[in-house]
Amino acid sequence: MASSSYSNSPCAACKFLRRKCMPDCIFAPYFPPEEPQKFANVHKIFGASNVSKLLNEVQPHQREDAVNSLAYEAEARIKDPVYGCVGAISVLQRQVIRLQKELDATNADLIRYTCNEMTTLQDGRRIGEASSTFSHQSPSAYYYPSPWNNDPCAGDAGFHRGGGNHM
Amino acid sequence: MASSNSPCAACKFLRRKCQPECAFAPYFPPDQPQKFANVHRIFGASNVTKLLNDLHPHQREDAVNSLAYEAEMRLRDPVYGCVGVISLLQHQLRQLQVDLYCAKSELSRYQNLSINTNHAFVGSESGAVGYQHQQNNNSSSAGVGIRDNSNYYQHHHHHHHHQFFPQQQMVRSFDGGSNYDASLLAMNISASLGQLNQLPAGGGDDRRTVNNPS
Repeated sequence: MASSSYSNSPCAACKFLRRKCMPDCIFAPYFPPEEPQKFANVHKIFGASNVSKLLNEVQPHQREDAVNSLAYEAEARIKDPVYGCVGAISVLQRQVIRLQKELDATNADLIRYTCNEMTTLQDGRRIGEASSTFSHQSPSAYYYPSPWNNDPCAGDAGFHRGGGNHM
Repeated sequence: MASSNSPCAACKFLRRKCQPECAFAPYFPPDQPQKFANVHRIFGASNVTKLLNDLHPHQREDAVNSLAYEAEMRLRDPVYGCVGVISLLQHQLRQLQVDLYCAKSELSRYQNLSINTNHAFVGSESGAVGYQHQQNNNSSSAGVGIRDNSNYYQHHHHHHHHQFFPQQQMVRSFDGGSNYDASLLAMNISASLGQLNQLPAGGGDDRRTVNNPS
């Protein structure tokens, strides 16, 4: 919810940045003074000017959600500096793939049972036609190709094998 | 692989000389300019440098790749970024769990029927006829377990404001691996039990097969 602290108490961002919190401060509605850690995290990972730019690029009614998702990502990155919230994405993807395979297998068993009992359904369709599967998990727009997913594309994704480690 | 002749993508972007000891060079090859451009736009070069410096060298490649992914997701979805992806995946996972539970319930019903049918054949003929009839009735709900999630997230993306933020507990318990699976599955199965009783006999899902054979 928008903070009402304008003229009396500086917002968490202006407190952190040690500056006067103006009435039109872009951070004030989303970084109330009683949540100092929220801005501290976001500042550490993204930086104040980047956050300000990001906020200016979204509609005012979307800014609260944008700030909260940035705060979530920043906190995740602080807790896990290597993977941040992408770690959770990888785990979830693995589980989705696994469950989808299991569902496909169960559906295949169901088809076998129902096909044994009858050849076609009353309206002429076969159950098998309706089932679409993710048997081949084709990379979608958000798929993160990590080596843990046993993803055959992991080596081919543009970002994954950027340059070797020359350190 | 960045050669000593060609500046890395970061130094090209920043218009500076790419030194031999450039911290970005191993991870931002010149043939992937967009990678650094995205990371720079969302995180900033100095923040990335600080983040990398806090890590062991063997961790840096993974860190850069995850930052690049986060940056790309944030550019595609400036409001929710990666968090939108997490929310989507959690939703997908919950749906799969319900579907799997339904499918397995159906399957076990068929398996029980076939066991009983075998016993009936061993017994009398009239008994087998009775089971046959029962199977036909039950087959009308065979479509329940077969679900299609392919279009799910296309319709539901961005439409879950009230449950947009992934529950912290669910996300943080990911380290548990199989423990997470078991507890989440148990939680959802018990939640689904009530829903299963309310599944309409023939409505909504156009993959539901059939009217009962007369």
